[in-house]
Amino acid sequence: MRALAKPFRIDVEAVSSFLPSRALRGWHGILLLALFLASLAIATAHAQSGAAAGPPSPLATLVEWIPFILRGFLLNLGMSFLAMAIATVLGIGLGLLQLSRSRFLSLPAWLVTHLFRNSPWLVILFVVMLLVPFELQLPGGGTFIMSDWLKATFAFSLPVMANVSEIVRGAIVSIPKGQWESAESLAFTHGQTLRWIILPQCVKRAIPPWMNWYALLTMATPMASILGVREAVGNGQAAMEAAGARPELLVPFYLFLLLLFFAYIYPISIWTRMIERKYAVDS
Amino acid sequence: MPLVSIKEVHKSFGKLEVLRGVSLDVKKGEVVCIIGPSGSGKSTLIRCINGLNDIQKGSITVEGQEVNDPKLDKLALRKKVGIVFQQYNLFPHKTALENVMMAPVKVLKEPKREVEERARALIAKVRLSGKEDVYPGHLSGGQQQRVAIARSLAMRPDVMLFDEVTAALDPETVKEVLLTIKELAAEGMTCILVTHEMGFAREVADHVYFTDRGVIVEHGPPEELFTQAKDERTQRFLSQIF
Repeated sequence: MRALAKPFRIDVEAVSSFLPSRALRGWHGILLLALFLASLAIATAHAQSGAAAGPPSPLATLVEWIPFILRGFLLNLGMSFLAMAIATVLGIGLGLLQLSRSRFLSLPAWLVTHLFRNSPWLVILFVVMLLVPFELQLPGGGTFIMSDWLKATFAFSLPVMANVSEIVRGAIVSIPKGQWESAESLAFTHGQTLRWIILPQCVKRAIPPWMNWYALLTMATPMASILGVREAVGNGQAAMEAAGARPELLVPFYLFLLLLFFAYIYPISIWTRMIERKYAVDS
Repeated sequence: MPLVSIKEVHKSFGKLEVLRGVSLDVKKGEVVCIIGPSGSGKSTLIRCINGLNDIQKGSITVEGQEVNDPKLDKLALRKKVGIVFQQYNLFPHKTALENVMMAPVKVLKEPKREVEERARALIAKVRLSGKEDVYPGHLSGGQQQRVAIARSLAMRPDVMLFDEVTAALDPETVKEVLLTIKELAAEGMTCILVTHEMGFAREVADHVYFTDRGVIVEHGPPEELFTQAKDERTQRFLSQIF
């Protein structure tokens, strides 16, 4: 009843125990997508049963093009995996460099980190498109074709790299100095201390924000469609074009794309929260 | 030849001079306690012995090896000198047993089986049998500190440094840690302790040094220092404590 009386007040009791996962579970996104598709199928069947001549219904058009859009979605996934891998490797290196004793290393690392953390992804995407050549000469003598999707992947990896760099730096700084001292006293070298003592403790702290950036990265991949990369959204647009560019196609097509991404990313964000809570309890 | 020899050591942090010409010798098997008011440079001194802090002037040798030699083999020094800290500094992502095993396995590259046997024996020695697979976060302060002692002993040091190891502990767990150190001393381990536990110093120390503002004011066997202190600063410090 309290909720009804003053709906705009914050529910103080719920603040500490609030779990969005209780209301909406990870698989609910997939359920929503399934429901949407089922309703499409029913509506299409209805429309066709009483069909006369004329263009197929918007829903029938969507159903027809779904395999094409899903093929594009595979590219979104591929780009997100590859970009995350690049971002993680480069970001860890950059984060360590930020903490280097030498200003000649730490300053550039700091600069690169903050440059890419604080610029719009779309602008980074354009800059990479313009600056990275179409063909890369390999030192072995061969050439490597930088196709548009590879360039876009590299572009998306840059801001994530910068954020991973900050995650790594923050995690290392949060380890008490006594850990370094006791390792040093036990004759660990600097490298051994990092490898066996400091970084393993960082992993726990870094995983939830790292996963969060993966989700953001995946949501950013449709930006590549602007440059003609044939991922899910680009394919969706191409499909609408091919189907006659009818305005009534827009809503079902974009709704489908929305649910498609939601069904994939929402479980990841729920999973991230679970890990976060688990580690909070552990320590 | 003394095992640890400290001669005319000066050490500053920036403009602040914390050690102003400290000398002391520790013979093999001896137990030495360093007492004195906070900020007198006790902990700094002990940390200089294993090279955690560097010094500006003077000399520190361990078994004849100069600690501040730039060409010093740090690994060799740290194998000889074990240190236990006030804040235990156990590795929280490793179990008690793994904490003890880590340095011999990763640094000395000794065979794991052999090290594990030794580590289990050390954990038993500090009376923590049964806690081998427990993570530090689930151990009491006194238990963590005893794991830290076992961890240092696993490197088979010739001398052990204890830097106010009971200062952060609950009173009821202080005793068990002191008992462990006492047993260690009785076995002939050379020990250098910075401590505020005067009763303990009196009981186990062969020699007690009283430091104040970066110098050693007075030293001698415990019964002498604690009952017939000559210097007025020592008397004042002891009267505040007892």
